[in-house]
Amino acid sequence: MTALVETRGLSRRFGGLQAVDGVDFTLPEGEIRAIIGPNGAGKTTFVGMICGRVAPSSGSILFDGADITSMPADRRVMVGIAYTFQITSIFANLTVEENVTLAAMRRHVGRAGQRYSAAELQDASLSALERVDLQNYASKTAGNLAYGHQRLLEVAMGLALEPRLLVLDEPTQGLSDTEIEGFIELVRDIGREATVLLIEHNMPVVMALAETITVMDRGRIIAEGTPEAIRADRAVQEAYLGAPADG
Amino acid sequence: MNAFAAIDRRALALHLAVIAVLFVLQFVLPAYHHGIMARILVLAVFAMGYNLLFGYTGLLSLGHAMFFSAGLYGAGLSVYHLDWSVPAAFGAGLAGGLVLSAAVGFLALRTTGVAFLIVTMMFGQVAYLFTLYFTDWTRGEEGLTLPQAARVLGPLDLTDPTTRYFAALVLFTIALFVTLALVRAPFGRVLVAIRENEERTRMLGYDTFRNKLGATIASGVICAASGAAYVLLFGYFGSSFAAVQYSILPLLWVLVGGAATTLGPLLGTILMFYLVDLSNDLLNSRFPDWDVSYLGIVGVALVLLILFFPKGLLGSVRDRWVRWLP
Repeated sequence: MTALVETRGLSRRFGGLQAVDGVDFTLPEGEIRAIIGPNGAGKTTFVGMICGRVAPSSGSILFDGADITSMPADRRVMVGIAYTFQITSIFANLTVEENVTLAAMRRHVGRAGQRYSAAELQDASLSALERVDLQNYASKTAGNLAYGHQRLLEVAMGLALEPRLLVLDEPTQGLSDTEIEGFIELVRDIGREATVLLIEHNMPVVMALAETITVMDRGRIIAEGTPEAIRADRAVQEAYLGAPADG
Repeated sequence: MNAFAAIDRRALALHLAVIAVLFVLQFVLPAYHHGIMARILVLAVFAMGYNLLFGYTGLLSLGHAMFFSAGLYGAGLSVYHLDWSVPAAFGAGLAGGLVLSAAVGFLALRTTGVAFLIVTMMFGQVAYLFTLYFTDWTRGEEGLTLPQAARVLGPLDLTDPTTRYFAALVLFTIALFVTLALVRAPFGRVLVAIRENEERTRMLGYDTFRNKLGATIASGVICAASGAAYVLLFGYFGSSFAAVQYSILPLLWVLVGGAATTLGPLLGTILMFYLVDLSNDLLNSRFPDWDVSYLGIVGVALVLLILFFPKGLLGSVRDRWVRWLP
């Protein structure tokens, strides 16, 4: 498998705070990867740089072998990087369908400026909604949906972009247990077609989904490996608990 | 798909009906109101251009008098000093609006929110001061009057009230359907998306700066078309049209009629125009020696509107009754 995303010496400093510190990171195509770490570890800043929301202070980012370090965020979406926000970000005053259509529209226009028919666009929107099981809410105002459904809508917008890399920033935050079950199934399903990069605090979700886990602390990667290896890792336990687990 | 087509048909029918009513009004209205309506139709185009940026894109500008004036002066000066024909002068007005809105948009769109409002207002003031500074050509506040002989379009005499009304109606119709097409097109939907949540729109792959610049230019050109038509139809242009009042007026018209509705600007312009006109007459006849200003009544009317129709008349109608209103 070739690397879909690669970062070299990627750093970001906010004033006196070194949020991300020289991170070398490789994500092979087709993988579901989780990034975990304590609050303030630099996870969101790190994926923000991959998506283009945060400019790096130094270092470089490669996507599918091409350097995208200075590419604007909207262009990165067009090459296949989709991002769902940590704090739900939808078009609250528009209908559920219009939310997804705005994503599908960009995807379809973006393909070498091809024209698309209204019917094709609606098909693409509805099929994205079907994948997250929101098709019955298509004509509802997005802001009136329950919180869990709003999170799913945001994932549907990501899916409508037909990304090669889907970045999910704490997607299960605020979801109920049953909603989380469904969500795990959904991400597994997405993982069959796209590479998924997941920031997550909920360990059962991480253990159920991730093929590989990357652990960050104070802006650096301190461990990387299979869920089993990470569970047993001493440095990880210290970062989370501040002391050896068997102490 | 069928639902979409039905909405479009209803919307189209409504717009055509409005045009038809305006067409018939021409034969019904007494001379005084006939003249006012011609003026309102041209100024409603100004409001529609403003609405594209303010209502649909969510960018509050207080400098739109400069785009109106770009058309006004672009057309007026080229007729007065260069003896250009009406179509050429109209083209010059549009070109003026295009260049100015591209330049101002490019600079002002680096800011957002209140800063954008202030920056556009300052550009607007610069434009106003320009019209005063080059007084040798513009005659400043006093302004210039275009000779009647210059205001002909082929066999049509644009100073004739009937011709003038039809010319205004043609311009209004074109602007209305251009606006309707724009806001229905993917471009218009992206503008609404930017208004609702700009960061989300950017993270869906849209270059929001370019889309906002496009909206500013489209808005500027439509406002310039209104200005150019105004000077060619009514024959007078002066600095007062570039002053800040003419940046606030389209905002009022749009707020009253309903921001982000295609027909709101027309309704708002009609209501405000007649409100000012009638309250002036009423106050002067009832309280001849009080010397009160019509602005008081306008103010009260605006407070009532904001209280009961916070989204403007058509905006509230859409929210409560007619969801498909574009």
